Amino acid sequence: MSEYAIAADGLTKVFKTRGGLVTAVSELTLHVQPGETFGLIGPDGAGKTTATRVILGLLRRSGGHSSILGYDSMRDTYAIRERVGYIAQQFALPADLTVMENMQFFAHVQGVSPRQQKQRIPDLLAFAGLGEFTERLAGRLSGGMKKKLALACSLVHEPQVVLLDEPTLGVDPVSRREFWHLLGKLRAEKGLTILVCTPYMDEAERCNRVGLMVNGRFIAYDTPKAIKRQVNGRLLEFTPSDTPNTLALLQNPSRLGVDGILEVQTYGAMLHLFVDDPALRVPQLTAALSAQGITLDGLREIEPRMEEAFISLIRRQEEERVDGKRLSVVGTA
Amino acid sequence: MRKRQQRLFALVRKELTQMLRDRRTLGIIMAIPLIELFIFAYAVEMTVDHIPTAVVDMSQDDESRRLVEALVVSGFFDVDVYLNSEAELIHALDAGQVRAGFVIPPNFAEALQRGTAQVLVLVDGSDSFTVQSGYSAALSVTQAFATDLMLQKIDRLGQDVGGVPIESFTHVLYNPNMDDMVFIVPGLGAMLLQYMTINLTATVVVREREMGTIEQLLITPTRPLELMVGKMVPNILFSFLAMMIVTFTGIFWFDVPFRGNFWLYVWLTLLFIVSGLGMGLLMSTVAQTQKQVQQLSQLVAVLGLLLTGFIYPRPPMPVAIQAVGGLIPLTYFVRIVRGIFTKGVGLEFLWSDVTALLIYSAVIMTLAAVTFRKRLD
Ligand SMILES: Nc1ncnc2c1ncn2[C@@H]1O[C@H](COP(=O)(O)OP(=O)(O)OP(=O)(O)O)[C@@H](O)[C@H]1O
Ligand SMILES: [Mg+2]
Repeated sequence: MSEYAIAADGLTKVFKTRGGLVTAVSELTLHVQPGETFGLIGPDGAGKTTATRVILGLLRRSGGHSSILGYDSMRDTYAIRERVGYIAQQFALPADLTVMENMQFFAHVQGVSPRQQKQRIPDLLAFAGLGEFTERLAGRLSGGMKKKLALACSLVHEPQVVLLDEPTLGVDPVSRREFWHLLGKLRAEKGLTILVCTPYMDEAERCNRVGLMVNGRFIAYDTPKAIKRQVNGRLLEFTPSDTPNTLALLQNPSRLGVDGILEVQTYGAMLHLFVDDPALRVPQLTAALSAQGITLDGLREIEPRMEEAFISLIRRQEEERVDGKRLSVVGTA
Repeated sequence: MRKRQQRLFALVRKELTQMLRDRRTLGIIMAIPLIELFIFAYAVEMTVDHIPTAVVDMSQDDESRRLVEALVVSGFFDVDVYLNSEAELIHALDAGQVRAGFVIPPNFAEALQRGTAQVLVLVDGSDSFTVQSGYSAALSVTQAFATDLMLQKIDRLGQDVGGVPIESFTHVLYNPNMDDMVFIVPGLGAMLLQYMTINLTATVVVREREMGTIEQLLITPTRPLELMVGKMVPNILFSFLAMMIVTFTGIFWFDVPFRGNFWLYVWLTLLFIVSGLGMGLLMSTVAQTQKQVQQLSQLVAVLGLLLTGFIYPRPPMPVAIQAVGGLIPLTYFVRIVRGIFTKGVGLEFLWSDVTALLIYSAVIMTLAAVTFRKRLD
């Protein structure tokens, strides 16, 4: 019996497909404390959904171990299913049932007594802001409301642990914030343990700890703060007068004659540049670029966020793999 | 235990609500058997009777006159024209004056005694319904005379005279008046029910998978068997309702007599429904999309039409083909419904088919239950 709410040790999942074997999750190890919010962060196809499903016992594992609340994912499947809540990545509630029918259905299936339902369902609907829509078909709700309904349904049996697979996928920024506000309340009031999969870096910042997942494995596994500290150098932000040219120059810094340039990332029209020592490099850089007829607007040093840290870590990982020293660019919007 | 009941109840209610909410599909489900019944019925009623008929009686003895009388009495042939030769008869057929003709050779009574009597039947080949009904009517009438029948189909285009192999259907025994509805209705209800149960069940299961809702269901403590039962109960209800509508329409609208024990009929219908649901569940493990379900269940429907004895008798079929038919529960149930409906017999005559259906249901349900998983893979 482990004291962890969620635990995985060397968890591996291999799919047999027509094209051969696909290792979706590879020797994943994670431990989530009770009451903690853990973020499974990674790009599309990293293996977040697969890892979550294996931990829940929805998929058979190919290797390693995993458990929730000390119950083995494979052996104690139903003990887990009685105690956890889950939101699938795709909307998976019956679309042709109303909000109320959905709530009642999941309450009954989870064995919540009618008396408890009378109290809990209105509370949850109010909590999720769905109180006025009880008679609406689930399929007719907006994207954000669907996610909130899914959350309400997954909480109806008062689980101690919830696993949320991209719960804010396709939801507008306001609703996303509302959704996280709801999660925050659950953490504070109920001490709920949350595992959340997300590709959004701002959401990663809200977690106690995160695992950065790429190609089925963690490339970083720590608190957001510690992960940001893993990034080499310090971060400069600026808008050049000619972005493509500047980018090309910075990717090949020897041509520019400036040392200490570690990494460049695009950020819209802006560039994010990691350098070893800003005090030394900023004057050199400005001079070298203006010699090329390029001016820099709004140049300043910023704190790296998860986003920059994430890109930097992924890139470092890739470079180690191909064992090259060339700087490449991973763009973000 | 209480929780299990609560879950089952919730699952059944969910499926029922979803089914009732989808009014259009529900309407189609309930209406189609009825529509098909009427289409079949009126197609069948195209059985032609009172065919204008000419007779060339070269015998002119008592037996030949008795045969002509029997033809008239059958109601299928109106003998208004007497001619002198086969050539005249063909001319009359070509002219459209008559649509069928009988040539009774000389010394008919004598030949009948010896057992070598022959009658030539000529039927207007331009109308396949006339050919069919005329031939089978002539066959059943002349059977009584122990007569070898030679059928010749006269095509309007020329003198293409060819024999048609003689085949007698067992249903003539129980259906001496050639009233096809008595033969068709019980089997038709069974066939429609077969299609409906398989199709309905496979569709609801596959849809759940296609929509991804199965994932959110699996993550609850619901057991696979409960999921299965939850899907079956509403389908049993609706299938049974559809079957009863067809049955009562057959009895009260088409005047098909119901001779057997109604409760036996009800119980065995339910058993048959269960076997069909099992097949549907099994099919849903093969088919990945609703479209594939449609195609597979249509395949089973066609096989059901051809191989189960609903239309074509099974005994003449090759053993391998009979075995394929044996995989479709309709094969057993067609005999059961006809037994109860038309012959009015009970379990003492039906036990072998009932046993087969019981074993079939048990096996297919077990198979289906095994394939219902608690995981996604
Ligand atoms: N059932 C399956 N059969 C075969 N391969 C699969 C299956 N499910 C997932 N995969 C593969 O496993 C890998 C990881 O997929 P997964 O859905 O877990 O990623 P993800 O991180 O959740 O991505 P996304 O952000 O797009 O949801 C992908 O390469 C995917 O193609
Ligand atoms: Mg995913």
